[in-house]
Amino acid sequence: MSNIETGIGKMTPATTRRKRLSQNQVAWIGLIVLLVLLPTSATPFHLDIASQIFIAGIGALALMVLTGIAGQISLGHSGLMAAGAFTTGILYKETGAGIWITLPASVVAGAVIGLIFGLPSLRLRGIYLAMSTLALHFLVIYLGGEYEFASGASTGIFLDPPVVFGFEIYDGYAWYYVLLALVAGTYWGCRNLLNSKTGRAWEALHANETAAEALGVQVANYKLLAFVITSGIASFSGALFAYYQNFVSVEAFTLFLSIQYIAMIIIGGMGSLPGALLGAVFVTLVPYFVEWLMEAVPYIGLDITTVSSASYAAFGLLMILFLVFEPSGLTGIWKRLVGQFASPSKREDTP
Amino acid sequence: MQILANIVVLTSLYALVASGYVLVYKVSRVLNLAHGELMILGAYLLVATSAGIASDPLVAIALTAMFSIVVGLSVYLLLMRKMTGQPVLAAVLTTVALGILLRGAMVLIWGPQQLNVGAMISFDNASIALTDSVRVSTAALWLVVCTFLVYLGLLAFLHMSRWGMRMRASGQNALLAAQRGINLHTVYALAWTLSTFSGSLAGVLVTLDSRIDVNMAVIGLKAFPAALVGGLDSLPGALIGAGVIAALEVLLIHYVNPLLSDVVPFLVLIAILIVRPWGLYGTKEELNRV
Repeated sequence: MSNIETGIGKMTPATTRRKRLSQNQVAWIGLIVLLVLLPTSATPFHLDIASQIFIAGIGALALMVLTGIAGQISLGHSGLMAAGAFTTGILYKETGAGIWITLPASVVAGAVIGLIFGLPSLRLRGIYLAMSTLALHFLVIYLGGEYEFASGASTGIFLDPPVVFGFEIYDGYAWYYVLLALVAGTYWGCRNLLNSKTGRAWEALHANETAAEALGVQVANYKLLAFVITSGIASFSGALFAYYQNFVSVEAFTLFLSIQYIAMIIIGGMGSLPGALLGAVFVTLVPYFVEWLMEAVPYIGLDITTVSSASYAAFGLLMILFLVFEPSGLTGIWKRLVGQFASPSKREDTP
Repeated sequence: MQILANIVVLTSLYALVASGYVLVYKVSRVLNLAHGELMILGAYLLVATSAGIASDPLVAIALTAMFSIVVGLSVYLLLMRKMTGQPVLAAVLTTVALGILLRGAMVLIWGPQQLNVGAMISFDNASIALTDSVRVSTAALWLVVCTFLVYLGLLAFLHMSRWGMRMRASGQNALLAAQRGINLHTVYALAWTLSTFSGSLAGVLVTLDSRIDVNMAVIGLKAFPAALVGGLDSLPGALIGAGVIAALEVLLIHYVNPLLSDVVPFLVLIAILIVRPWGLYGTKEELNRV
């Protein structure tokens, strides 16, 4: 009996692999169908949250590729998003340019600033690199503030809803599908990038720069490439954020925003693209969860500052808990759960 | 001359805050990005003690000093101790998270409005005329004096006492220090305690000079370039770095543009990172170059 079983096992590794792959595909298709059908039973409030998650997801994917895959630390993510938002805002305000000009321009502006962000990485590592990106963040924010001040728009820049093929993206449903398509596209692009020569080079220089160099990876070029590509994506998400809010202001791009994105990739699980999306969902939902929790508990004054500072504290606490107790994040928890339910042979390859 | 006095006061502030960064970094190679929040927490502790426990200003300040030591010790024992031996980045991100947590908690406890600490402990922040044209506030004068004393005390402690030597040894090579029987956890705890104490002192003095609200934690972020310009593991370097940053900031605000005040420290930071990443007096070997 056991002989037959092992015989079958030996004969059909290919079929099991194909079956596992198709299971995976079924799960993906199921998720996509669910996401496409979700708006049919959603309120505008839910659609708003979902759209915020999608925008955050695009930004988190960019940071995940930069930090989680290529191993370059950035505390300036919100500065890059600000760059995209301001490029869009300024172009729209000064020239009235449409979305086909502003979005590519934002990506290019982000890529150029990313190149500047990346230059110190050729000399600096670890916390020194983090500090240089932090400094550049303040520089970008300062320039944005200067523009607001100089142009007399001291409160910010207002944007009209974007028009695509004569169709104005205004209501929640339109935004939901547009952003869903964009986040899926970004995910797909990042995934393919990681499976390419570039992605392998990034992983190599993350693991060991000297060894990567010895193997013929051009470390400097690939580092800069990582900064340029991810900054372009981050800037793109900043531009989307500006259009979604119909408004650009430096107020939105604080250091706290950068920390939120870092929280996303830590909580999601370093080095995993689905982790970035999970982290985006989690971090975006925290303030709403805190608010819900505070509404459930009576006798607490519910003003905006209380809720926002409570979610600040909750963020800090969550980040600490994940860093101390679960450094591999939600994907780590997921893998362990799957490992527990899987057969013993499977459990071996997920230690 | 007034400008010179302003530079000296701002130098003292940045130097006092920067000493906290340097202490922790020098000993444990951890960058404490929650230092600004810990600094403001010190000031809020004074609010708490003066409102709740002691009405006498001196007793309140002494109690605050004691509480800040407890805070520093518990930050290490409850949190940072778990990050010992972890990748440096994880430790730094933990301090970032701690900063966010403290910031939220402080607003929850003491509210978002500005508080006048000076009035609470009936501290008279009178302006003192040093010469005919130069005036500084009492709190600012105290700040200069305290910074001087703290630096004197820290340098003497690090270079003359047994524990100071242990701290320096742990910073130079943690493994060898542990081999020689130095208890690293005790040394690290000591560094965090001293750092939080000097930070709290800075927080109390700067809020006595103006008012207190959570956003003043940004001073901690602005003092960081001072520590880095001087070299993250050099205490005298931090003093000189603070002088450079403060002088540039005061002069540029006075002669060029007041809006520059928020970016000047970071511009200097970028410049020094490009030219000399280990700072003016820092140890060169510690930085892996590509």
